[in-house]
Amino acid sequence: MGVNTPELEVATNAVALPPGPQQDQFLKLVADEIEDKGFVLASVDKLVNWARTGSLWPMTFGLACCAVEMMHSACSRYDFDRFGIVFRPSPRQSDVMIVAGTLTNKMAPALRRVYDQMAEPRWVISMGSCANGGGYYHYSYSVVRGCDRVVPVDVYVPGCPPTAEALLYGFLQLQKKIKRTGSILR
Amino acid sequence: MTTALKDLGEAIASALPGDVTGYEVNRCGELSVTVRASSIQKVLTYLRDSSLCQFKQLIDVCGVDWPAREARFDVVYHLLSLKLNQRVRVKVAVEDGGSVPTVTNVFSSAGWFEREVWDMFGVSFNGHPDLRRILTDYGFEGHPLRKDFPLTGYVEIRYDDAKKRCVYEPVSLTQDFRTFDFLSPWEGEGLLPGDEKAQGNG
Repeated sequence: MGVNTPELEVATNAVALPPGPQQDQFLKLVADEIEDKGFVLASVDKLVNWARTGSLWPMTFGLACCAVEMMHSACSRYDFDRFGIVFRPSPRQSDVMIVAGTLTNKMAPALRRVYDQMAEPRWVISMGSCANGGGYYHYSYSVVRGCDRVVPVDVYVPGCPPTAEALLYGFLQLQKKIKRTGSILR
Repeated sequence: MTTALKDLGEAIASALPGDVTGYEVNRCGELSVTVRASSIQKVLTYLRDSSLCQFKQLIDVCGVDWPAREARFDVVYHLLSLKLNQRVRVKVAVEDGGSVPTVTNVFSSAGWFEREVWDMFGVSFNGHPDLRRILTDYGFEGHPLRKDFPLTGYVEIRYDDAKKRCVYEPVSLTQDFRTFDFLSPWEGEGLLPGDEKAQGNG
């Protein structure tokens, strides 16, 4: 935290300073640091990431059987609401899109359109083996072999279907990713 | 039970002599009636309206591909009689490029079923009010359930960032399709999981 310029060290002191030139110098160092804005921006980033991870609103793209496991994880046992995850029906109001189920060739343009309608910052969770890489229907003539051929994916949740707990784990991993790589200047 | 079915088959065949080419009751106890393609409407109307049959409900219309046969496709109609608790199967043989009269005037539920047969096999239905694809993708070429259509098809889709839309490209698989069936008595070792117990060894 804080920007380290070569001549300045990070201002710290262990002993309370009485008013005088030493205190003045210390206070000037701290003020310079804050002026450089390194300290403040890093803090704002943390605040913004906390806000974003604390209220990830998903746009459900429940295509097939994985949608049921998604419903399971939203229901009482693994309750998503306590994580701030409330499902939104509209892509314009959501942060993350959960592609849950098999993506067929017919559905692919619609998926891309929904993804394009989401506002930045946006993330995609690919749920289940069909969305990850074609899955059970990998060799079919009408299946897209992984939704990452159409949208960029952040977290892949494996399983057929993934247990509700696994999807929850995927969400927690996404939260960690946002905290790690998120910034207000996205 | 099977004699009743046989009698029913006999009755249908004798009531419509020029149209029905044969009937059989298989060992599962199911009656199948083979019919000429041109008279399918007449046969189904008879099956629906006659008091002996009363097959008021059309359960399914589907297709079968027999590539070795001259009349390549079978269009199969399944009917159910709720009153008499009876089921019957009506089969029509049609060649590649041929067509069958539609039965939507007899059973309106046949509309979507016949669209599916058209989409999957390429059998057209004369007089159908709206014969277009129902399951395959919008610009899809080919009839997928034919035996000569490959499992993986010919094209696949991906999003092209330069063109900003989904594009179709020839299929390229990273790993070919392989079949494994170690438990099958024909392909694998032949010993199924319960066999030791069945032979009194377990």
